[in-house]
Amino acid sequence: MMKRLHSQLLGLVGAAAISVTASQSMAQEDTIKVGVLHSLSGTMAISETTLKDAMLMLIEQQNEKGGLLGKKLEAVVVDPASDWPLFAEKARELIEGNGVAATFGCWTSVSRKSVLPVFEELNSILFYPVQYEGEESQRNVFYTGAAPNQQAIPAVDYLAGQGVERWVLAGTDYVYPRTTNKILEQYLMDSGVAADDIMINYTPFGHSDWQTIVGDIKAFGSEGKKTAVVSTINGDANVPFYKELANQGIEATDIPVVAFSVGEEELAGLDTGPLVGHLAAWNYFMSADTEANDDFIEAWHAYTGDENRVTNDPMEAHYIGFNMWIKAVEAAGTTDADAVIDAMVGVAVPNLTGGYSAMMPNHHITKPVLIGEIQDDGQFETVFETAGLVPGDAWSDFLPDSAPLISDWRVPMNCGNFNTETGKCGSAM
Amino acid sequence: MLRTIRVLLAILNLALIPPALADEAALRAEIAKLAEAKFPQVESVIEALAASGDPAAAPVLTALREGRIYWRKSDLVVVTGEKAPKRSLILRDPLSGEELETVKSREAKKVKVNNGLRNLIDGALSGLTLRAPDAGTRLIAAEQLFKTRDPETLPALDAAIAAETDEGVAAEMRDARAAIILQDADASPDASRVAIARMVERGDADARTILSGFGSDDPMLSAAAQSGIEGIDRSLRLWGYGQNIWQGLSLGSVLLLAAIGLAITFGVMGVINMAHGELVMIGAYTTFVVQEFIRTSAPYLFDMSLFIAAPLAFLVAGFVGICIERGVVRFLYGRPLETLLATWGVSLILQQAVRSIFGPNNREVGNPSFMSGAFELGGLTITWNRLWIILFALAIFAFLLFVMKRTMLGLQMRAVTQNRAMAADMGIRTGWVDAMTFGLGAGIAGLAGVALSQIDNVSPNLGQSYIVDSFMVVVFGGAGNLWGALAGAFTLGIANKFLEPFSGAVLAKVLVLIFIILFIQKRPRGLFALKGRAVEA
Repeated sequence: MMKRLHSQLLGLVGAAAISVTASQSMAQEDTIKVGVLHSLSGTMAISETTLKDAMLMLIEQQNEKGGLLGKKLEAVVVDPASDWPLFAEKARELIEGNGVAATFGCWTSVSRKSVLPVFEELNSILFYPVQYEGEESQRNVFYTGAAPNQQAIPAVDYLAGQGVERWVLAGTDYVYPRTTNKILEQYLMDSGVAADDIMINYTPFGHSDWQTIVGDIKAFGSEGKKTAVVSTINGDANVPFYKELANQGIEATDIPVVAFSVGEEELAGLDTGPLVGHLAAWNYFMSADTEANDDFIEAWHAYTGDENRVTNDPMEAHYIGFNMWIKAVEAAGTTDADAVIDAMVGVAVPNLTGGYSAMMPNHHITKPVLIGEIQDDGQFETVFETAGLVPGDAWSDFLPDSAPLISDWRVPMNCGNFNTETGKCGSAM
Repeated sequence: MLRTIRVLLAILNLALIPPALADEAALRAEIAKLAEAKFPQVESVIEALAASGDPAAAPVLTALREGRIYWRKSDLVVVTGEKAPKRSLILRDPLSGEELETVKSREAKKVKVNNGLRNLIDGALSGLTLRAPDAGTRLIAAEQLFKTRDPETLPALDAAIAAETDEGVAAEMRDARAAIILQDADASPDASRVAIARMVERGDADARTILSGFGSDDPMLSAAAQSGIEGIDRSLRLWGYGQNIWQGLSLGSVLLLAAIGLAITFGVMGVINMAHGELVMIGAYTTFVVQEFIRTSAPYLFDMSLFIAAPLAFLVAGFVGICIERGVVRFLYGRPLETLLATWGVSLILQQAVRSIFGPNNREVGNPSFMSGAFELGGLTITWNRLWIILFALAIFAFLLFVMKRTMLGLQMRAVTQNRAMAADMGIRTGWVDAMTFGLGAGIAGLAGVALSQIDNVSPNLGQSYIVDSFMVVVFGGAGNLWGALAGAFTLGIANKFLEPFSGAVLAKVLVLIFIILFIQKRPRGLFALKGRAVEA
């Protein structure tokens, strides 16, 4: 009996899930519908709920300005419940059932991969706002988050400039950290770091017992060379990781940790006093000292009615993506997907850090790269900023398979993975 | 006598201070350069303040390190700022501390420092505070010198060692001195030999770092350093095993906490409660609410917050548990599959309820001061929070054992478990006992939540990450036996920690699971089998 129960139990833990659809569609004829595809329940709700709110705010603001093409915008919110196959179903529901003109959504790479075929098949547009591992360029997707060369590589360059010679690449065990670390490892080796000076470590999702790993990092860092940790640790695992660092007395002045997935939102659950000086690399910090950012924060606080809500990088990505879409639709004079996709390339809109971001032919955007240090108030302070904008590179130059690939969705190439060696569209992979 | 010392000290001070910065005006001039300063300018100011040797510069450097130095945008005056409500700042004079005015935050700009500058400040401060009146401050300064190993500080360090009265501080200073000498290529062979011996005696990972960085043309010295490193490596390896065991105990205690409530509901009652993890989460959120309340209305109680939260968490989670039992589980006794599905549903409801009330984000639960930091025990690093959690887990275990063996409730519980019909005939209200047993298990889960809030996120997902582990422990240990849960938790914890260094965290988890599957094949009832309703069903 015991045995049977046990196996039933394990099966059900994996299989059961629940979906709650929060569809707010109303039967109004003269509106343009905008899909919002972010998890409002399940594990990813922690990150994605904020993005749903940000989208609703942006749409409301646009309607106050008079809407788009003389029509009001209408948000259609669905909840894919952190369940990857459900993302595809909900995407289909948005496009076929609700007829949305464009969709803003997804967080994890696996959810994006799950909806790609749907957007391709039904020829609709997706704006993807999160930093990711690259190695992808699709005609129907616009990537407004950072590619690895817009986050990881500048961060490593900055630390190398601070005298770091030994590197710990610590990540959660899934596609984004694995690819990013592969790129970084190659990049570090190319710049002359010995293999002995690189330690790579993967942990399961939601890992909570960091004693051994933090101990290892401490030992690795006591070999006499300046050591830093490059963290692609995702989501909930960060809090126990930072708590263990603080408790074992590793300060940023000894071994700094630079993280690519830790933003203002993640720090909200932490006492950041012991973490002052640890770093994060993003394209936006809430502390950015610009007029546009002050307005955005003010509007956000007014919209949410909460003075303590923070803003973060993926929110800025949606801000940029949404404004780009508005501009492209206005230029095309229609919300027809083909016309808008063609009009998108070359569109430039202000970002929140005091510059302009432009959509490039590979459907990635140009962004500044900021390195910030954690402060005791849970904010980041920019300590380094790239001199100019960094264009997002879909195919990394540091992976042998992707180095010869380029992406250009303009006529005549019209290809997301053109191989410059074979001269053909489509990689050898 | 006192007078003579004072005069001597004054002379010593004068000798240390270069004339250019001897007076306050010069100090002020240097500080004024911080207005609109970029990192390189800030660096030169720190160096100048350090070179001044003036103890009055120390508080300014500390303020700079902590990001409390601002400059007023209107007239570029450099001040210290203290955050006040409504995004305003109280400005003070950086040297005298005299209050100047209160302005809006955006009227003053912070002087930024980064990690490199913080290191520089730490070095500068250690030079300035080596002779501080407080022994703790001197110890920090000595430890800092051990880290920075700047040969220029050697004369000041020698003077400080000569004047040092505290034995512990003096030892740390001598270590720092040895480290500096080993760093210095021009040091005499005799001095180096003494320094190597000192480092070998210290014998920790830091000493190894310094010895491995030591290079000399003298073969005798190199050999001494080499054999010192080997000796340290040997002892570190031994301590490494000790560290593994400690970490295994600590992981085991977390598993025990998560599983022990389940050992009652699943083990004793045979109810598969998938909402167990959510009861843990409720305990953690209770801690959060208690801390929030303390923060706003009684900050001085903060260190006591966990003691207040623990009984409340027990009651809240226990109450929710009883509601689950009375509302759902009691209609499903003897139907394990339906119970499993129903409680899984309850767990989703609880998660989403918490998400709706507290929001989907992590909530901050602070560590009380007695649970922060770590101490060294020989070559072991022991973090206080882990130590307390182990003790807490064992205390809960002892408490449960007491309830089960020595109280009326425990007796009735065991009676109902062993033979429900006969227990009912003896006049035991079995329904009531069921509810109380379930409530007890749930309450214990709530207590676990209080402890887990100290090391993990407090988010709606908290429970999910522990549910599988808890079932693993109970099934492995043997359902229905508290000792089984204890043995199971610590075995799994230690096994995991010994596997992790070789196989990595991901594979370690897989290997442990495979081991349990094989073990259950061989002994389906776990380590300690017990007769009870779960077995008969």
